[in-house]
Parts: sequence; structure tokens; C-alpha cells
Amino acid sequence: MKIRIDISSDIVGKPIVAESIVETGALLNISQAHLDSTRGELVADIENEKYTDINKALTKRGAKVTVLDTPIIRDEDECIECGACISVCPVDVFSFEADWSLKVEQEKCIQCGTCIQMCPHNALSLER
Amino acid sequence: MVKKSIHDINRKIEEGNVRVVTAEEMVDIVKVTSVSEATKEVDVVTTGTFGAMCSSGAWLNFGHSDPPIKMKKVWLNDVEAYTGVAAIDAYIGATQLSDSMGIEYGGAHVIEDLIRGKSVDVHATSYGTDCYPRKMLNTTLTIDDLNQAIMQNPRNAYQKYNVATNSSNTTLKTYMGILLPNNGNVTYSGAGVLSPLSNDPNYETIGTGTRILLGGSQGYVTGIGTQHSPETNFGTMMVQGDMKRMSPEYVKAASFEGYGTSLYVGIGVPIPILNEDIARATAVSDDDIVTNILDYGVPSRNRPTIRQVTYGELRSGMIDIAGKEVPTSSLSSFKKSRQIASELKESIIQGDFNLTLPVERLSSKTVNRPMKQTSVNPLVGDIMSESVVTIKENASTYEAANKIMTCSFNHLPVVSDKNILTGIVTAWDISKAVAKKEFDFVGNIMTRNVITATPNEPIDIAAYRLDQNLVSALPVIDDKRNVVGIITSDDISKLLARRGNL
Ligand code: SF4
Ligand code: SF4
Repeated sequence: MKIRIDISSDIVGKPIVAESIVETGALLNISQAHLDSTRGELVADIENEKYTDINKALTKRGAKVTVLDTPIIRDEDECIECGACISVCPVDVFSFEADWSLKVEQEKCIQCGTCIQMCPHNALSLER
Repeated sequence: MVKKSIHDINRKIEEGNVRVVTAEEMVDIVKVTSVSEATKEVDVVTTGTFGAMCSSGAWLNFGHSDPPIKMKKVWLNDVEAYTGVAAIDAYIGATQLSDSMGIEYGGAHVIEDLIRGKSVDVHATSYGTDCYPRKMLNTTLTIDDLNQAIMQNPRNAYQKYNVATNSSNTTLKTYMGILLPNNGNVTYSGAGVLSPLSNDPNYETIGTGTRILLGGSQGYVTGIGTQHSPETNFGTMMVQGDMKRMSPEYVKAASFEGYGTSLYVGIGVPIPILNEDIARATAVSDDDIVTNILDYGVPSRNRPTIRQVTYGELRSGMIDIAGKEVPTSSLSSFKKSRQIASELKESIIQGDFNLTLPVERLSSKTVNRPMKQTSVNPLVGDIMSESVVTIKENASTYEAANKIMTCSFNHLPVVSDKNILTGIVTAWDISKAVAKKEFDFVGNIMTRNVITATPNEPIDIAAYRLDQNLVSALPVIDDKRNVVGIITSDDISKLLARRGNL
């Protein structure tokens, strides 16, 4: 399964991911990492049966773990296909088709929520 | 030179042999033939735009209640409408926010709900007169219960729009959407090749009385829009239409996070091809329309222009800002703009839509001036304390505590040997360090991400930044990041108190 690990500024310098891997023996396959002095965000694959352990280990150290199983949903009745969401998505979920329809590659979504704030028509959500 | 009159074209519409193309199609026609061929061949070019038009609203007439009321104030679904016109007329503006729901729901949503046929709660209050004795009224009604619901938008369909980016290091929430820090994205608006006024930039055919598509049904241009500024190619128009005949597909409420509500309005304007000049103008393409990218990171009316850009570049999805590829987002819908231009084309071909000659053309001379301000805005430099006490990174926590005690400042900007700002340390940081028994260097307990001000910024901007970041002081720095002063929320409240006494 895919998870996102958010690390806030006060612990961003600490080796919490390494410690959690050592503690649980879970193999985290990190596919994306955005780290700077203010915060960290990692996206990683992990075996399903190791999830509970790694979640516990990371949460104990102050990180926040989100399971990436509810990608962005677009309400097609509300969406006007403006494309406002395109430029704010960090992983390029949105793009235009040749006829200026909005293409949504849901499977790329890391559930950061930025596009929800951007959409002027309240057409995007992460809830099921 | 080919010349046609509106009557010639209307006759062709009646006879069913009119040639209509969209402004997008016209670009290619002129390219593969010639301007004179295109003038002969094409009778009407249709344009379309669908985007956020904040300056929109509607006149509503409620009919008289029994006993009658002269509405002093009126709310529709908790959104206040303007009532300073007779007893039961009110103007509901798109950006007026709901008293209870804030920016989630506003006048734009009331307009959309009415067009959708939904019922709306009306609450009105008054002072009571001999002729209008009633002081309070509550009712629920739909658009069918209103005598009139006339959309009248003071400023719509800007010829083109400025483009937004944000060079500051914080995310901004604006009417141009979310602007990511460090020029992380660019947002733009407008239909470019399909934009009505960009296809008739000399206003040869558009003016008072021009019949248009507004919100999916026939409406009119009533004249120039407010802020009409033809000399800078930022023309606008005022439009009017019967809301009772509009379709929710072309009138949609929007809410911009951190800003407020707006109304997306669909407008289609037909341009009769009367002569070659008009034909040439309608051949304008996205690559020909140039606009400015403004830096919204600078919170002033005179936002610096970062560079010029064409709609063609914007629509490609990526543009270059200072050597960096930056993704673009449109706030208006090109697909819907296209749909509007095509629908207008179809209804002209079907004979359902005749063209009109304007009674008066839009003026091509006005310029838009900034506000005349009679009170001067003080600048940060005017009220900051210049006697700011700073401290070095390698000083001890003890030294910092001592300085705070003796100089009675709660905030010490931390500077490098060259007096460059590197952080800030507060009495609170020191207490925290002491509580944790970390008698460390200042460099280890300070906050590195310092919110700052500059001496020539207006106070209101600094005050806004204090509020937004929940801090109580801003070190004032020059362009080399040297600390030249400090401004605190106390300084500002004192100033505001003085202003209040004037
Ligand atoms: S921002 Fe919203 S309305 Fe615009 S294209 Fe994206 S989902 Fe659709
Ligand atoms: S939630 Fe984040 S990652 Fe997912 S589509 Fe929206 S912006 Fe992209």
C-alpha cells in the first residue's frame, strides 16, 4: 500500500524514518520526498502487513501517517473545466486533453489537499 | 474593398444563408485565404467567454406585501442586498457574503440558486412609515415569484486580464486563486482568441444596444463597463439580461479560498464582419494578445510587472519566469468559452438571433485612474523604532535574557557579523530554553524563519502581516537584509488609536 508521511518542522531534523525502519524491520520504498527546513513529506510503498507497525513507530516519533487510499474525486456537475487545479498539484494529477477537457489521473494523487483549496467551484474532495 | 451592412447580414440570417464562424475558426480562415477573401466569405464571427466576473449582480423586484413594507435592509438566504432604491427593489451583488456562512456562500450563490429555480428565504426590516407601516417581513420565494430578476453587471468581459504570480515566500490566497510561494505557479483569466473585446479592440461594432448571449439567453450591452480603460487595452462592458431566462450552465457561483465569492458568467458577443478592418481584428490569435504578469507578492496597488506574456504561452501550460519553468492555471474555462461561441454561432445560423447596430459605440478614450486618497498612509519607516537592539548568533542565552531585561524589548533580531538578519529570539524562546535547561547559544534557540517589513511599506500592510503570521513584532530590514529598525503591534495600535481620535 501507499502511504504519505508528514514530518513537522520541529522534528524534521531527526532521523525518525530511519529509526522506525530499524525498529519495525519494515521495508519502506520511498517514491517521493520533499524535505526542507520547514517540513518534510514522504510518499512510500509498504507491505500491507507491516502498516500497523510502521504507523505506530512513526506516530510515536511525532510524524503523521496517511494511507493513500482515497484519491481526489471530482464532481463533474460542479466542475467547469477551468484548469485552476492544474498548477497547484505537486504531482501533476490534472492536465488538459486536446479539446480542453480536464484529465484527472487519480492514481497519482498523494492526498495533499491543495487543489481542494484552489477549486473555485467546490468540485474536488478527498472524502469517500 | 468589401463592405456590408447589418441589414445585409440580417437579411442573410432570415434567408438562411448566413456564414457564421467562431473567432477561433476565423484565425485559420484568414491565414489560408486573405483578409479580403475572409471579409467576403464570412458574415459574422462569434466570440465567447466564461470566467469569474466579480462585478456582477441582479435587480430584484419582490412585489408589495400586505401590509406593505419599505425595505430598509433585506437579506436573501442571509446575504444582504442593497435597498436604497424605492420600497421593494434590491440589488444583490455577487461578492456580498452571507452573514452566517462567510465566504462559502454569497450573492453569487443566491443568483445561481434563483436561476436553478430553488427557493430562497427573504428577510427584510424597516422603520415603518404612514404609507409603509410594516417593520419586518419573512418569506420564501423562487424566481417565478419575483416581478423582475434582471441581471445587470457593471463590469464584465474584460478585454484581457493581468496574470498573477507570487515571488514572496508564503502562499497567497487571492481572487486569482492560490498563488504558491517563490513563483511556484501562475494564474490567468480570459478567453484570449475568443475574448469578445479582443476581437473588436476598436469597438467598431460593440456598444450600447449590442445584442449578446448572457447566461445562456439573449441580453444586451448597456454601455462601457466601470474601469473601462481602452487606452491600455483593458476595455470592459456593462451588460444586462433577464435572469428568468438564464441557464445555470452559464451562470455559476464560485468561492475563492481566503478571498470570497464571485460569479462565473458566460457571455457571447457576435461581431458582424462589415469591412476588412473588422475582419482583420477578428483574426487575432492567442499569440497576438499580450498581457502582463504581476507580482502579487508585493501587496501594493502598483504591483511590479515581472514580464509580458501572450495567451499562447499561458495556454501552453508552462511559462518561463527568470529561467524557471512555472506551471500555469486558467481560472476561466476555455472549453465553456468555446461552447458559448459555438452556441451563438448555431443560433444565428438557425435564425434565432439577429444582429444589432449599437446606438453608441463603446468609448475608446477613457482611462482608468487610481483612487484619490485624501489621507496619507504612514509608512513603516515613519513609526518604527530605529533604536533596535540586536544580538549575535553566538551570544549565550544568558546574554540574550540580559539584553531583553535591560532594554525592555521583547524581541531581539539576531544578526550575523555583517549585521545581516538571520533570526529572531523572543522572551518566550528564552523561557522555553530555560525551562528545558538548555543554556545554549542564541543561534540554537532562535526562530530562523523571520517575518519582516521594509521601511517604505505602508503600515496597513505590516499590520496585515503581523495578523496573518500571529506575531507581535517585525524586524525592519533594508534590501541587503541589514536590520534598520523594529515595528511592534503596540506601535501600530497606538497609531490607529491616534487616527481614530482625529
Ligand atoms: S479547479 Fe475545480 S472547476 Fe476548475 S477544472 Fe479543477 S476541478 Fe474543475
Ligand atoms: S490532493 Fe494534492 S496530490 Fe491529490 S490531486 Fe489534489 S493537489 Fe494533487
